[in-house]
Amino acid sequence: MDETISIVLFSGTDDKLTAAATLAAGGAALGRPVKIFLQYWGLNAFRADGIMADHGLAPEAGPAGRAAVDAAAKAGQAHWADTLRMAKELGEVDIQACSASMDILKLKQSDLDPIVDGVEGVAAFYINAGEGQIVFI
Amino acid sequence: MEIKLKVDASGLSCPLPILKASQGVKTVGSGELVEVIATDPGSVKDFAAWATSTGHTLVESGVADGKFRFVIRHK
Repeated sequence: MDETISIVLFSGTDDKLTAAATLAAGGAALGRPVKIFLQYWGLNAFRADGIMADHGLAPEAGPAGRAAVDAAAKAGQAHWADTLRMAKELGEVDIQACSASMDILKLKQSDLDPIVDGVEGVAAFYINAGEGQIVFI
Repeated sequence: MEIKLKVDASGLSCPLPILKASQGVKTVGSGELVEVIATDPGSVKDFAAWATSTGHTLVESGVADGKFRFVIRHK
């Protein structure tokens, strides 16, 4: 069985980024290789000048959801970027930007936070995913 | 046997307790014990699954002073 977990991170709101970081960190803690492929707004959230900014929440959160997330942050829940940094220190977590999304958003790798390991296309992503599971967020 | 390292993950939500435990276990030698204190209600099932997957031994899993307490032996 291929234990690699591949996460396609398309969404750029803090709740979905947190969910993706949780899955990645859990995989790393279990000793599984984790690949994250950043597309569109997921990629946009990894800009060096804005990774810790407020990226908002999914529309279904509403005011009550916003209040719940704010309370969790105040209570000390880790920021998703910090969770990813910890996961990278602990295990094999590789974060790649989708080259087509880089082109659309007019980004260079130097525009991205150093937590991003590189840029690749979809074929490389599939080859690296192997027979492991692919999750889309 | 004495606890080699204590990790306090109180107040931290998933996945931080198993992340902190994984970090801690890496710093001790084979056969040595790590104690983790957590308050995340998911941590009981998480630590059992984590131990099964990583091969470390969950020597104790219980409640102490209203918090979850786990003792892990490095494989």
